[in-house]
Amino acid sequence: MTDSIVPKSLVPRAADGAAPPASTLIETERLSLYYGSTQALKEITLTIPEKEVTALIGPSGCGKSTFLRCFNRMNDLIDSVRIEGKVSIGGQDIHAPEVDVIELRKKVGMVFQKSNPFPKSIFENIAYGLRLAGVRTKSEIETAVETSLRGAALWEEVKDRLHSSALGLSGGQQQRLCIARAIAIRPEVVLMDEPASALDPIATSRIEELILELKREFTIVIVTHNMQQAARISDHTAFFYLGKLIEFGTTRRIFTNPREKQTEDYVTGRFG
Amino acid sequence: MTHHFEQELQELKDLLLAMTSRGAAAVGNAIKALVDRDEALARKVIEDDRELDRLEIEIDDKSISLLAQAPLARDLRTVTVAMKISHDLERIGDEATTIARRSLDLNQEPQLKPYVDIPRMSELALAMLHEALTAFVTLDAERARQVIPRDKEVDLLNKQLQRELASYMVERPVTISRCLHLMVISKALERVADHAKNFAEEVVYLCEAVDIRHPNAPR
Amino acid sequence: MTIPKGGNPFARVRFDYASNGFSALTGLATLLIVAILFVILGNIAYFGWPSLSWRFVTGGTEKDMFNVDHAGVMPMIFGTAALVILMSIAVVPVGVITAVYLTEYTQSNSVMTRVIRGAVNNLAGVPSIVFGLFGLGFFINFVGQNMDAILGKADEPVWGKPAILWAALTLAILTLPVVIVATEEALKAIPNGLREASLALGATKLQTVMKIVIPQALPGIMTGSILAVSRGAGEVAPIMFTGAAYYMAELPSRLTDQFMELGYHVFILSTQSPDIERTRPILYATVVVLLGLTFLLNFVAILVRAQMRRKLRSLS
Repeated sequence: MTDSIVPKSLVPRAADGAAPPASTLIETERLSLYYGSTQALKEITLTIPEKEVTALIGPSGCGKSTFLRCFNRMNDLIDSVRIEGKVSIGGQDIHAPEVDVIELRKKVGMVFQKSNPFPKSIFENIAYGLRLAGVRTKSEIETAVETSLRGAALWEEVKDRLHSSALGLSGGQQQRLCIARAIAIRPEVVLMDEPASALDPIATSRIEELILELKREFTIVIVTHNMQQAARISDHTAFFYLGKLIEFGTTRRIFTNPREKQTEDYVTGRFG
Repeated sequence: MTHHFEQELQELKDLLLAMTSRGAAAVGNAIKALVDRDEALARKVIEDDRELDRLEIEIDDKSISLLAQAPLARDLRTVTVAMKISHDLERIGDEATTIARRSLDLNQEPQLKPYVDIPRMSELALAMLHEALTAFVTLDAERARQVIPRDKEVDLLNKQLQRELASYMVERPVTISRCLHLMVISKALERVADHAKNFAEEVVYLCEAVDIRHPNAPR
Repeated sequence: MTIPKGGNPFARVRFDYASNGFSALTGLATLLIVAILFVILGNIAYFGWPSLSWRFVTGGTEKDMFNVDHAGVMPMIFGTAALVILMSIAVVPVGVITAVYLTEYTQSNSVMTRVIRGAVNNLAGVPSIVFGLFGLGFFINFVGQNMDAILGKADEPVWGKPAILWAALTLAILTLPVVIVATEEALKAIPNGLREASLALGATKLQTVMKIVIPQALPGIMTGSILAVSRGAGEVAPIMFTGAAYYMAELPSRLTDQFMELGYHVFILSTQSPDIERTRPILYATVVVLLGLTFLLNFVAILVRAQMRRKLRSLS
């Protein structure tokens, strides 16, 4: 159970007053990934709790981004990639033949390190995903666009220029737009690959606040280089090194009293 | 962490070492001033307390500067523990000052009786402090744990002495003022041992991230 | 910092011969090229201008085209324009689809890619006259004649003879590498992040290509088309055997018709004229029209492309 800093009112309670256990949404079982003959992920077994923020930390090249991209099978785009082991989301093995990757990606959204809004209007950026998801009528699309922009804390800033180019927004706004675009189609999981690493501290803290709100509705997995960020916003943290999962636990424990020496060394900056 | 941070952390530890040995010296000197009825030494102890106060401020300052760099895990515990220990050491210094002042007062009158228990208590308390410091430097949680029960010994000696002095006062009213001073000194030494125990508890926390203070408080 | 007596610590130490020399050299080269262009264009304009008249540009020509009074280039203008339009209809879709396939659907160093790329590069190096012969041998003699056979017109060939269709297709093959390369460059310039973003939202590769990639690449595709058009309007060898005619009494109205063309007409005027002195003015004037038409086509295409770019930047 999380050492909870979430206000009691937000933790769903069963009728008898006991908090229900966090159900598992994402599970990996001895997941290994090869780029050709190089093994990038080594038998990772991990359970990512639902509707919480889980941070993946580790030095550059340790496999955390690769691991993240397994959940929406973006690694499929690279020809030389081979996967062993199992990844399940909601109990379903996502590599099973009956799974449609397109449908998977509608349920598992992604926000990238470098914000990548389409060179279209702000409105069209979000409408694009909605149309792909089958939303047809104009009014439905408009409502969904507004909801997602509000959800991304961007509505007030752009409501009067929805049809102007998305490329005219600042870096932080563009990234929030990408988040709005991802959540508009109501996925269950949102994957974030260092979403704030290219932003200034103010924009970063807005994104962090946003993430803390989003976790009420979505399961969030975030890759980050920034230890303090992970300590600020995540509930659980996984530490990766050279393709292996070294330690996984509540964020508070990982950052105040990690069990593994490697974790301690990384977290205190005494690595290599 | 940067080399700069490592250096600052080491400086912090060095400051704690310095402060501990000063604090121990202050108590030792205060007792010596008492036993030898040495007025100059007693005044020196009072004077030197300023240095201990200054060290507490310096340690707190350095700790804040280290905290601003957002240390984690053991580094974080080291800094928070340093701030607490420095406070305990500052109080030890204050107790030494109290002892010194009272010994100056006692010098106004002839010595009541040979001092046995008081030096004994001082020895025990300073030994606890020394052990706690060693445990801090060597990061030895076990060693620190062993310091903690020794506080009881000093407590017992204090209670015993308080009783003795109380009955003495009743029998021989002319000794009242001297007895009172000695009671204060005994209490001060009991507090020194307490602070040494706190020091040891902090060291356990530093090593194991386990908070062993206040075992009876609800968690 | 030692301050010299004069007081300027940043004074130039010595004259930089290398940098200044190089600047001078590049300036000179530019001047040379501009000068050559001026000389050529100037020469053409000077000799051609006097013969230009409204009648010349808009009028038809008599069979005796070497007679100044009877010369007119409207049929040739029409023929060139029609040729180039047909060519574009053929080459742009094929070129774009090939480029899309190469960039988006194949691995960058697979065998397939290397084969296709090799073919495209070789195609670009083939001399124009060879295309002409190819057009004759393949389109006219093989495809055309077989079509006639199937349609039962073997004795009176309809398709198995020079025609504007075959000339356009021949030019299309000639300009194919240009369109492919320009389109590929445009596609490669699109950052991968956009493709990833689209795929991550649950789009198929085809949707991503059609809705995100190609629209972004349109200015580049236009560039390729402009280059193809310029090349196509100027080539003579490929159309000599495949459709261009010495003289046609009427404008081409069917795909099977032959046509008169500006470049070819220049060739005819310079080689077939009985009296070169009298024909020279017409020749120069025709060249002026040809160049003018080419510039006009380019200009229009560039305008369209600029409009596209402006639209992409400010958006829907």
